[in-house]
Amino acid sequence: MACTTRMFKLFLKKYVLAVVLATATLMAHAQGDLLDVLGPDTPQVVYTSASFKSTRVINGQSLESLPKGVLDFRISHRFGFVSNGIQDFFGLDQASFRLGFDYGLTDRLMVGIGRSTYQKTVDGFFKYKLLRQCDQGCTMPVTLDLVASTSATTLVKQQVPWYGENTPDGFSNRLAYSFQVVVGRKFSEGLTLQLSPGVVHRNLVATPEAHNDLMNVGAGGRVKVSKRVALTAEYFYVLPDQGPRENFRNSLALGVDIQTGGHVFQLQFTNSTGMFERAFITETSGDFFQGDIHFGFNISRVFTVYDPKAKARRRESELAK
Amino acid sequence: MRNARHLLYITMFLCPLLAAAQDKLATRNGVITFFSSTPMEDITAVNSKVASVLVPSSGAIEFSALVKAFEFRKAMMQEHFNEDYMESDKFPKAFFKGKVMPPTGDDLSRPGIHAVSVEGDLTMHGVTRHLTVPATLTTAADGSVKAVCDFKVKPIDYGITVPSVVREKIADTLDLKVQITYTKL
Repeated sequence: MACTTRMFKLFLKKYVLAVVLATATLMAHAQGDLLDVLGPDTPQVVYTSASFKSTRVINGQSLESLPKGVLDFRISHRFGFVSNGIQDFFGLDQASFRLGFDYGLTDRLMVGIGRSTYQKTVDGFFKYKLLRQCDQGCTMPVTLDLVASTSATTLVKQQVPWYGENTPDGFSNRLAYSFQVVVGRKFSEGLTLQLSPGVVHRNLVATPEAHNDLMNVGAGGRVKVSKRVALTAEYFYVLPDQGPRENFRNSLALGVDIQTGGHVFQLQFTNSTGMFERAFITETSGDFFQGDIHFGFNISRVFTVYDPKAKARRRESELAK
Repeated sequence: MRNARHLLYITMFLCPLLAAAQDKLATRNGVITFFSSTPMEDITAVNSKVASVLVPSSGAIEFSALVKAFEFRKAMMQEHFNEDYMESDKFPKAFFKGKVMPPTGDDLSRPGIHAVSVEGDLTMHGVTRHLTVPATLTTAADGSVKAVCDFKVKPIDYGITVPSVVREKIADTLDLKVQITYTKL
């Protein structure tokens, strides 16, 4: 009798176990997502995009660059000082202007040229994205760009501000350079911050006491207030003890970015008149807090000149048929 | 006797799994194309990395598409699509979960062409909508299935708004084309 009971118990135990196992398997099958059979997603590398709406924060370079094959036509405008009052219609009578073309040679390297009314200057730059902040599939926490730019004034000899009476005129005397490391991070969908330490080198300066090189640090950021509108701010701090700087001040700018399709409109208030590095980092004359503020705008219009993925896409859609 | 019983347990345990694996058709390389056509501008984007699973016996079907995998002719357009319209950082994937309904008496595993309707829930931009669309399934002799489906989607139904300045360039109704070749796992 005892023997029978034990066998029965054993039998029960095993079958109950089997039934439970089988049921569990069935349930797992019924509950699971169908797509689970494909296994986990293969990790794709996705770089952070749209850290700024434009390749400039306001005056200075942002950590964004143009994708390969994209041409950006930029019109930038700074009116006169608001502090000029009603006589100048609060600055609207005057204008400082820069016309520029930027182009993405690769997804990492962009080039640009521009012409400004400020000291009739031609400028050009390279921007190379050395590190790219990563959203998925890699771990890079920041984006880092190297920017090298140069500018040359085309003013007649008598008007070049840093020429003395006996300065020989020569192309190299008209040149200045700027080198920057732009490093920043898109902290969230709404917040991006960046720092840009750099140096501006002027081949020739007005007085023997003035330094040719000016070390500076820029700080910039944006806060998105809606999907298409962002507030921006930018400040360039020129390090102290670098010789006399006449009455030049640090550059401050506050702005709004508005994006509509292929256009980005940047509206700003800034104490800087020029829109290339030598001008706004080293030659900003306005005192922001005394009302020496320019109202201004940048208009950026992008065109896709060359489509690097066209071939691959065509092949894939052929395969699908 | 003891071994036979063990075998029975193992079979009981494995059978549902095996049955499930044999029955499912899947792909990771499905293609979804969308078109927006207006007199001002035609826009096309292709995603050729769509994951999908089909169970011919039950008709169960699922899709999953990474929004960032849609490729546009214009890189900036792709950025705006992700940033301004789909908000793909917030809603990285679009899903469809539903059922293929062949006409009565038709069996999807029979080689040939099946005109079916697909019913289910489409989720994108955080909004789920129920829809029923016609589709064509072509079953090959080896059991693989080609599916083609054309349907229309209104962005506004999924909480995607188009600002007035570009409304002339983006259609109110987008045409979607789904092309999937399912193979056995």
